[in-house]
Amino acid sequence: MSLMALREQLNGLVNSMFLEGLLDDQFEQLQMLQDESSPGFIAELITLFCGDSERILAELTKLLDQAVVDYQKVDAFVHQLKGSSSSVGAQHVKLACVQFRQFCEEHNKEGCLRALNVVKHEYYLLRGKFDTMLQLEQRIQAYESKQQI
Amino acid sequence: MAVVAEAQFHVLAVDDSLMDRKLIERLLKTSSFQVTAVDSGSRALEVLGLSEDLTSSSAVSPAHNGSSSLKDIPVVIMSSENVPSRINRCLEGGAEEFFLKPVQLSDMKRLRPHILKGKSKEQQLQEEETSNTSISSNKRKATDEELSPERRRLRLSNNSLI
Repeated sequence: MSLMALREQLNGLVNSMFLEGLLDDQFEQLQMLQDESSPGFIAELITLFCGDSERILAELTKLLDQAVVDYQKVDAFVHQLKGSSSSVGAQHVKLACVQFRQFCEEHNKEGCLRALNVVKHEYYLLRGKFDTMLQLEQRIQAYESKQQI
Repeated sequence: MAVVAEAQFHVLAVDDSLMDRKLIERLLKTSSFQVTAVDSGSRALEVLGLSEDLTSSSAVSPAHNGSSSLKDIPVVIMSSENVPSRINRCLEGGAEEFFLKPVQLSDMKRLRPHILKGKSKEQQLQEEETSNTSISSNKRKATDEELSPERRRLRLSNNSLI
């Protein structure tokens, strides 16, 4: 695939993510911060986000599987996830976390379990697209560095 | 074209979230600040060469002489949560300003006035995080290494509230 086609594909993907609300303004901020001096910035942040998120989702699953749920711990993790999704511009994940915290506050186990499923759904949906995004970005950057030789 | 060498302001950023540390580092570097990022309040004090002993009025940091205390360092707090009572406590404790996360490029402009203000000849800026315990910069006294007047340091700190 040509460099131009790759760029078009990446732009198309990112734009559709903005349109669907998967990403918000914060992601635009990140795009502004990535430049020649830090070409891997977004990739690094996304990778950290995914690592953090999956760790947290695993913890939440365990915590909600208990007979007696420790809502304080659950809330702490959801708060963390909300923070990182907010920092990376993951709007749907963030909103799902806000809902989740409501149920935590109410000590509503059913609600929490449902909310966890929503967060997981939103996260994995986003993750798939992030994976594609990073692959495209890698291929583009490989092309560009070849051109500079 | 004449290039003026400007004293570069140095910011100490404190955040227990690695993601947020990376983000704040990039924000600051893009805005021409020098950055040191650490993951906790104690690490921050270590880096500043300040003792953690908050009660002693003559806490000494072994490697340093000269005197400068934490209260000379402008502090800005950041949090993902907008909790007025907590924010006010920090502001009353000496923090200059509060940034709501996610911190953005435009927020970086708000740092300079605090840096330039400074309370002593050796100006240090510090941004401190809001945490469950309020941090009062007045309680801290320690000796610090002598800094040349041209070096400005800003500390940006945040505790993700968990």
